[in-house]
Amino acid sequence: MKHIVIIGNGISGVTAARHIRKNSKNQITLVSGEAPYFFSRTALMYVYMGHMEFKHTQPYENWFWSKNKINLKQGFVNRIDTDNNCIIFEDNTSISYDQLVIASGSKTNKFGWPGQDSKGVMGLYHKQDLEQLEQFAPNNQVCKRAVIVGGGLIGIELAEMLRSRNIPVTFLVREKSFWNVVLPDQESEMINRHIKEHHVDLRLSTQLREIKSNDSGQVISIIIEETGEEIFCDVVGLTAGVSPNIDFVKDSNIVTGRGIKVNRFLETNISNIYAIGDCAEQQEPMGERKAIEAVWYTGRMMGETLAQTICNHRTAYHPGHWFNSAKFFDIEYQTYGWVWAKPKENEARFYWEHKNGKMCIHLNYDKNTHEFIGINNFGMRMRHAFFDKVLTKKKSVTYVLTHISDANFDPEFYKKYASEIVSKFNRENNTSIQLKKKSWKRIFSEA
Amino acid sequence: MKRIQNIGLVIFLIGLSLFTGTIFTGSFHLSPSALDAFIIEKDYQNEIIETELTKAIVTDNPLTIFEFSDRVRHAYEVANTHYDSLIAQYDAEKNWDKKGEQYLYKIYGKPHTLSFDLAKIAGKGYVKAYTGLMWMLTFGLGILGSLLFILPDLILLGKAGIKNDGIYLEASTNRGWIAWLVLIYLVSFYLLLYFMPDYVVNWTFIVDPISLFLNGSLASQWFLYGFLYCMIMVVMALRMYIKYRDNKYQVMRTTSVLFFQIVFAFLIPEIMTSLNMPGYDFKNAFPLDYDFFFDWNLDDLRNSGSIGLFILIWGIVLTSVIVPVMVYFFGKRWYCSWVCGCGGLAETLGDPYRQHSDKSLQAWKLERWLIHSVLIFSLVMTLVTLYCYFTGMPSFLGIHSQWIKDSYSFLIGAWFAGVIGTGFYPIFGNRIWCRFGCPLAAYMGIVQRFKSRFRITTNGGQCISCGNCSTYCEQGIDVRAYAQKGENIVRSSCVGCGICSAVCPRGVLKLENGPEKGRINPTDILLGNNIDLIQLVNKREK
Repeated sequence: MKHIVIIGNGISGVTAARHIRKNSKNQITLVSGEAPYFFSRTALMYVYMGHMEFKHTQPYENWFWSKNKINLKQGFVNRIDTDNNCIIFEDNTSISYDQLVIASGSKTNKFGWPGQDSKGVMGLYHKQDLEQLEQFAPNNQVCKRAVIVGGGLIGIELAEMLRSRNIPVTFLVREKSFWNVVLPDQESEMINRHIKEHHVDLRLSTQLREIKSNDSGQVISIIIEETGEEIFCDVVGLTAGVSPNIDFVKDSNIVTGRGIKVNRFLETNISNIYAIGDCAEQQEPMGERKAIEAVWYTGRMMGETLAQTICNHRTAYHPGHWFNSAKFFDIEYQTYGWVWAKPKENEARFYWEHKNGKMCIHLNYDKNTHEFIGINNFGMRMRHAFFDKVLTKKKSVTYVLTHISDANFDPEFYKKYASEIVSKFNRENNTSIQLKKKSWKRIFSEA
Repeated sequence: MKRIQNIGLVIFLIGLSLFTGTIFTGSFHLSPSALDAFIIEKDYQNEIIETELTKAIVTDNPLTIFEFSDRVRHAYEVANTHYDSLIAQYDAEKNWDKKGEQYLYKIYGKPHTLSFDLAKIAGKGYVKAYTGLMWMLTFGLGILGSLLFILPDLILLGKAGIKNDGIYLEASTNRGWIAWLVLIYLVSFYLLLYFMPDYVVNWTFIVDPISLFLNGSLASQWFLYGFLYCMIMVVMALRMYIKYRDNKYQVMRTTSVLFFQIVFAFLIPEIMTSLNMPGYDFKNAFPLDYDFFFDWNLDDLRNSGSIGLFILIWGIVLTSVIVPVMVYFFGKRWYCSWVCGCGGLAETLGDPYRQHSDKSLQAWKLERWLIHSVLIFSLVMTLVTLYCYFTGMPSFLGIHSQWIKDSYSFLIGAWFAGVIGTGFYPIFGNRIWCRFGCPLAAYMGIVQRFKSRFRITTNGGQCISCGNCSTYCEQGIDVRAYAQKGENIVRSSCVGCGICSAVCPRGVLKLENGPEKGRINPTDILLGNNIDLIQLVNKREK
């Protein structure tokens, strides 16, 4: 029986712990300084918005851990002693391990802006960030305006949160359009419109110069780089991305880059130490994937995979086809396969948008072979299994459009747009694709 | 807009106060001739009751309903005590003929019901005299206020989408003092309705004209309840339409429950009554309709000619054929969320409280014990009743028929389904009865779990474990526990309200009817991870 210590009780660490428990009788210790029990980080926003209480973000009841013999240890790790196989906590206590899994997640990026450590300046990642937000922005009397810096997924979520309490929001986005490094122009523009529709003061192509605070260190305003304009505010949200949370690893013998360097088996340079989730950096990126992927789903997959290795079944991390999802205020977004912000040389695109401007799909396929590469769908839901199969079998865009009714995942009675979409494609490409009716047989057929 | 809402709230509270206040108004006393007529109509063989009632309520002193009720119940008791003592006396004398005779003179039924019936003719006062005006001041103001409160949400809530902002920040929806006050009001309402209807006889005066118009007789407390039920559902359905206007499934479903409540549960039975037929709710399936096989109902149906026979056959076919076949094709949602009256109220009035259902494993265990116990209770009761009905015996298997019927009606029919089922909405969620008590739900649940095409499909690996689905599941299903494992949800308790799918921010859940194959899909590794599964399985088999 080995003692497996896992640093971090986020989705990666917890998934690893659960799967190790399923497959072995190893002793497991799950370490976290942030919160005693696993919670869903992505759900923190709903606590502030009053959709849920914090306890609802915890996927397992509190008895789950002892019942499954997963020890929980609360505390922040200060350093790792790889020679003596132990981790040392802030209070100088230590725990020794046979195998160590680092799943310490991310921290908010701060790019050295003057005043970035003032009171009222925060990211939105940790449970503590939520508590700070509740303190500095409980309502629109205490927080008369908030400024959000950084136009990505967390930024727009923070905007949605603040707007739910009617707090005026100014949203600084460095790019010329929202999340334009990931989203193609059309989708990005749709979200721009939607942000403004929710009464957010959206400033595109705008950067932060500095954050000003008063004598007690409380933020009072920010200065915009390009114009020098001063915007008075009580809260500044820093949401310009996240980076691996690995300061406590830096002094050890574990090799790090931006994150903790791992091979395909999620192994670090030290034989009994592994890293998974946001803090892991692949030595060689896989396919089109980035070396560091701070995404819920990849964290979970790494946890699933590493558990196999730890349970004496060495398994390479092999994520399948890319998929992701998000929600921008009222507009849901899913993606399967790759749809880059700018088409690559071999790629052709097809875009359909509903006239209400809140619904669209964007197909990416190979210009020559017509092989399907990816889809973005906004305001409508698509079936993961369908696109996973299509991508595995390297089906054509024609196949996808013919069977798009199989892919639809909207609730029953929702209006269907399949025929409108197919006829637009036919019109633009001089094709004569015939839409097929939804078939349960196809949906369930083996991949 | 916010101003309009506040004005609406004030108007609603005025209406509610006036409605509540009417209880304390009016005067009650009878003339000798009216009492005579009543006793003749009731065909009482009891000699004491007339004297006692005359002493009690034939008076020139106007009585309040509470004094009136006291006196009537006292008279009832005195009259029955008289015969009880005679019974004891003859029993001691072993004079069996005389003893048996005394039972015929006793008065049966609940004292409060006798008091209600008398109060109905004895009542005088403003409420009874000006029903139209009083309707406007109570129902009218209530409805107007509610509408002023609800309709501005069309603008205030902003663009169509999920509108759950602030639910856990407000006293009304987060078990705060407002929620507790509403609970107390609702529980009191049900206690009065079920056990002390005479105290609220004034309310029935307000709807007398409507009752007369629909079924030709004065309003009972059940007519009042039915009417109020429909009004509340209409108003709260408007709220549903606004809140879920982005979601066609919710809009359709709300329209459906509203239709079945107003037409099937309310109008058709009333009209049938006016045509001298048994008033029957054609959608109310046994064993939810627990007294369908009670002797009085069977007698009533047998004495009602071909329509009675039709109802009898329909009731049996509904439960034994239509219900399971529909559950096979569509899941129990076809009933619970599209047709049922209890479900209808839960999905309209109860929607603001849906998040309070307990999601713990403990609660799930309690649910399975309770709901299946009630199912067995109802079936045993029916078995005993039918056996006794056909054999004429008073009991079966040592269980007294009247006793078990009374116990069920009291414990399950009144307390569980009514007082607790609806009264506890604001604190324990809107489907307490449906989840823990309804025997029909238990029956359909068994079919849904083991033989149905319905499931909630989980969309591959897209779940982020946020917990919106579980939080807003009114049936207390931990939806997330399945979704985050990539498993479909096939739980027996799911009523298919579709809210989990609606509130999911990542498009993970879809209610579907499809082939049974693939409906239950246990997963080790979620979709999107290409771990070599065959190797995994092989390893496990070793």
